[in-house]
Parts: sequence; C-alpha cells; structure tokens
Amino acid sequence: MKDAIGNVQRVFLLGGTSDIALATVVKLIGERHGVQVILAARPGERRVAATASLEAFGMQVTEVDFDATDRTSYEHAVASAFEAGGDIDVVMVAFGLLGDQQRAWQDLDAALELVQVNYTAPVACGVLVAKRMRAQGHGAIIAMSSVAGERPRKSNFVYGSNKAGVDAFYSGLGDAIAADGVQVLVVRPGFVRSKMTAGLGAAPLSQTPEQVADVIVAGLAAGRHTVWAPPAMRWVMSGLRHLPHSVFKRLPV
Amino acid sequence: MDNRRQLAGWGRTNPSVATVHPAGDDAHLVRLVTEAGQRGVLARGLGRSYGDAAQNGGGVVVDMTSRNRVLAVDIGTALVSVEAGASLDQLMRLLLPLGLFVPVSPGTRQVTVGGAIAADIHGKNHHVDGSFGSHVVAMDLLCADGTIRELTPESELFWATVGGMGLTGLVLRATLRMKKVESAYCLVDTERCVDLDELLRRMAEGDHRYTYSVAWIDCLATGPSLGRSVLTRGWPATHDQLPAKLRDHALDFRPKQLAVAPAVFPSGLLNRASVAAFNEAWYRKAPLERRGEVQSIAAFFHPLDGVGQWNRIYGPKGFLQYQFVVPFGAEDTLRRCIQMLSDTGQASFLAVLKRFGEPSGGHLSFPAPGWTLALDIPIGAGALGGLLDRLDEEVIAAGGREYLAKDSRLPASAIPRMYPRLDEWRDVRAAADPDRVFTSDLARRLGL
Repeated sequence: MKDAIGNVQRVFLLGGTSDIALATVVKLIGERHGVQVILAARPGERRVAATASLEAFGMQVTEVDFDATDRTSYEHAVASAFEAGGDIDVVMVAFGLLGDQQRAWQDLDAALELVQVNYTAPVACGVLVAKRMRAQGHGAIIAMSSVAGERPRKSNFVYGSNKAGVDAFYSGLGDAIAADGVQVLVVRPGFVRSKMTAGLGAAPLSQTPEQVADVIVAGLAAGRHTVWAPPAMRWVMSGLRHLPHSVFKRLPV
Repeated sequence: MDNRRQLAGWGRTNPSVATVHPAGDDAHLVRLVTEAGQRGVLARGLGRSYGDAAQNGGGVVVDMTSRNRVLAVDIGTALVSVEAGASLDQLMRLLLPLGLFVPVSPGTRQVTVGGAIAADIHGKNHHVDGSFGSHVVAMDLLCADGTIRELTPESELFWATVGGMGLTGLVLRATLRMKKVESAYCLVDTERCVDLDELLRRMAEGDHRYTYSVAWIDCLATGPSLGRSVLTRGWPATHDQLPAKLRDHALDFRPKQLAVAPAVFPSGLLNRASVAAFNEAWYRKAPLERRGEVQSIAAFFHPLDGVGQWNRIYGPKGFLQYQFVVPFGAEDTLRRCIQMLSDTGQASFLAVLKRFGEPSGGHLSFPAPGWTLALDIPIGAGALGGLLDRLDEEVIAAGGREYLAKDSRLPASAIPRMYPRLDEWRDVRAAADPDRVFTSDLARRLGL
C-alpha cells in the first residue's frame, strides 16, 4: 500500500530491463530500503544486470520470466506477481521493440512480430493487470506509449501504429477503472537515448531515461492520466498533428 | 446498487476503493463477516483517523454510524451502555444534562465509541485518568467465526481490541464508566512560556494539580524562542465555581458549528508566511498568565469542531499528522525533534505537547508514560519523507513510538521496534482471527 507521501511498497515491472523502467523505479523508490520490485523479463545477462543495479539501491528484487511473444508467459508472470505477496502499488508496462522499420512494412513476419510485442502483449497485460488492481481497490498502471503514435511518419509508422493502439487502449482503460481506485498513466516520450535507440541519430528534444523518469514520477504523484516527455513535446506534436498533409509528408521526420 | 466507494482518512492522502455496507442489525453483521471475501472486512466510524486505518481497499467496509443508540444509563454508577456507532458528540449532548461527561475526550467530539476503543484514544486528562480503554467496563465483539463474545478487562482479547485498530473484530456495543460533573464548564489557567525549558519545567512541576493539561507550541519559533508556547490547564467546574448567571443552566451543552470549510481550497494557502503570521498572533493574543477562567467544554476541548470539514484547508494534496511519545527522561530527544521540525520550516499551525500517565493495558495501545507531541504537516514539501524518517529514528532510539490512528507513512519495519508487545498481540489475534478476516489498508501497509 502506497503511503501518504507517495512511498510505494511493491512495484511490478513488465519489461524490467528497459532503461526507462529502471530509471523510473530508482526515481520512485530512491534509497528507501526494503521496497520489493518484481522484475519480469527474459532470462539473460540484461536481466542479471538490471537486478544488480536495483539491488545496489537496497531494493528486494524478484525475477520472473516473461516473453512478450508467449501468451502463457505473461499470464503466468502477472499471476505470480500478484499472488506472491502483498498488494502491488505500481505496475509499469515498459517492454517494446523498435524493429527494422523498412522490413516492418514489407516483411510479414517482421510486421507481425512488432504487432505482437508492441500491441497485442501490452493489451493482454493491461487486461490481466487491471483485473488484479480493481480487486485490490488501489494502485497505478504506467503504460509506455510514444509520440510516434501521435501522427504516423513514413520513417516509423509500423511502430507508430502499435503505439497509437496502446495509447488508445490504456487511455480508455484509465477511464474505465478510475472508479475502482486505479490510476492509469499513459507516457508519451519523444526520442530517448537508450538501449532501444542505440545507433540512431538523436532527434530534436531528445532526452535521457532519467529525464523521462522525472516526468513519470511527477505525473504519478499529481494523479495525471497522460504525460509528455519532455512536456514541451505536447506542443510540438500538436503542431505536427495539425500540419496539412501535403506539408507533413515532405518533412524529413 | 453499486456501493463501491472511495474512502480516505481525515488527512485525505492515500484513498482506496471498498464496498461499503451500512451496518444493519447483528444478524446482518454476522453475515457480512462470515461471507467476507479474500479482502476481508473492517468497521468504519466517522473517519477521523488521519491515515489509512479505516480503509480496506477491495474489501468490505461496514459503516457503523447508523448503530448509534444509547441502550442504558445508570446515573448512580455513571455506567452507560451504547452501540459502537454512537459518537462522543452525541453522548455529550445527551448525557451532560444528566451530569455525566465522557471519561476521555480527544480534540474532536466527532469520533465513535467503536473508533475510540480501536485507537484507545487519549485526551488532556491522560496524566491522571489514562486512555479510553481504561474506562470501558465491557464490550460485545463480533468475531471472525461469526460469534458475539462479551469481553471484560479480564480477557486478553479485550486488551487486543483496545488499541487493536479494528483488527480483532467488530465492536458492537460497549459499557463505559462516565465521569460525574456538576457543570458543562471548566476552570482554566492559561500561561505563556517563552521557551521549551520553561514549558517542560512548568508541566513537570504542576500538571499533577490539574485534571486537564495541554500545551500548544509554535513550531516556527527558532533560536532562543524555540518551544515558545501557551499552556492551558484546568478542572471541571463545580456548580458553586460558576458565575451566578451560568448556575441556572450549568449543565447546558449545545455547541454550534460556526462555519464549514469550502469544498475546494487551493493548495499552498498554508505556507510559511501565513502560518508564521497566525502563530505570532495566537501567541501574542494569549495572556501572560490568567487564572480560573470559565470556559465551556466545547471551547476548551474541541475548538476545531467549530469549523466543519476543516481538513479541507490543506488543499487537495491533503496533510498528515505526526504524533509520537518518548519516555520521561528523553527530554533531549523531544528538544531535538522540535529543533529539526523548526529548522526545516515545515509549516504546521501549532504542535500540541502533553504528558502521558499510566498505560491502559492494550497491547498496541499508544499512550505510555512520557511526553507526546503531535503536529499537522501539509503534503507537498519535497524533503518531508526524509525528515520524518529521521524523526522516526530519534523516537525509536529513545524508546518511544508513534500513534497508529494518526499514522499514514511509517514503514512496516518500524512497528516491532516501537511496539514491544506486538508479538503478544499477534498471538491473541491469530487465535481469534486466524484467517485475518478483519483487515485494513493500514494493516497491509504495516504488516500487522
């Protein structure tokens, strides 16, 4: 149970090796010892490193196997997280795959893999987690959307279409379960320098995972349903969204 | 009908959603308890606990306030039997005209008898009369197995229930020993103290001569004025001590609510400047010394009850109350805590200091011999968590504890360090309610 000043007791990360997820947990918990973190991710070196980085802050980390392409895996991950101990205060749905955008709209397997990881699995996790959180009568779900979902660009529209779907699902979910005491926070970051974008040239207004984490934690505390990272991205995207199509398609974005 | 509702404590900080049922009769309550689901059941009274003590997210919360009858009154023995949902306000309005006053009155009349037992509440007379549980002669407790047990102070379950935060069962009825009084007034002595040393000395030397004693400290005063305060102490006024014009209606008790705080109050209205100005005015307004002033019970005990929903003035983010007790002899700790609060300038209107006497016997009862300090703090200051964590460590190191009815932020690890009889309580509770049918957000947060 979260306390009066926002301290959490148990956090569940789906996609627990994501740079933004790890930065968010560190920002949220700080060095307050004994907070439990359930870290769901594929087994391997990255998960080992993620666990070690959180344990260094004094958190109690439990690892759970999670594969976004396998339905039984996320059913099991959610069930084990909620049945293993006390109430969960925050669930973060942070897994995702950028993929090869040129292949993604020309190769069927590549397209379907992105849809599975970036849309189908997040929706499934949302359904499973929402049911558990309604039953406990409190909690918050953080869902990673992206500005890429705001207006599809030819360089990135398969990923963008997935994120548009995730954004719509979690926005609606938040309204559907608000009366059950559960907050849903949809996060729309711009370009973030992280493992996911390693090797890509940085875009304007690019930021670090820590900067995104600051925005997320502030949004959680304020009870927001959507946050943009950086906050100015909201106005940039509002401008882009209203550009005439004839202009937009010529932009080098 | 959908009866899921969001419930919060008086501090309006961390709400949760529960299924709320009006109490109904005994048979209905037995059904609610025996058919409670996985998330359990909890009684709720008037919601004056500051944190999450009267919340049960995802579970059942029983609103006990509809069960508020006075069942029997014996003026000769001062014994009254009441339903647990009866409020102290109601008892004062009904029984003061008969010359009976509640044995213990906290800073508000808006608490139920059931809540008063669950938190083992205290008042300005703790140093001589002890806490509420010491004046309970018997109670009916609805237990997890659906049986109703009549408990007296001879039973362990009685003392697990006094101060047990509602986690042993539903208190249905209680018999209380009231205090006989000749009037609804007090004789009050007021003294202004320039610093903490003077205050502690006056309280230690003089409290035993008074039935009621409390000091209000200006927590924003620093340097040599650290701990400047106003000490008010008094006795119940006898009929003869009243001025002639009050004698004909000595037992009249009809307090009025003067105002209600508006539903929307901006955050941050209580800031360092506004609170400092208030504290200065309040300190200057108090007389240097005044003896034998006649004050009504409402004015002396419950000044804040004059403003309905006053918790709204802290704005939508809410506030918390921090209350601890440290043993006599730990005056240095007390001073350090006040110094830390004063240094960080966490805006609190006023802190309340009082001396506790003997404990009641409740395993988790808060009062223990020593100094207790309570103050309200608005949520929002960034460094608040760290400051309170450091205060916790001071309190624990001195052998003190914090009040669960006020708490909204302690870590679970602090509880065994503050409550040495926790394991004893857990044993009694495990025997009475092995499946933890009775639970709350506070119980989950603190691992009770």
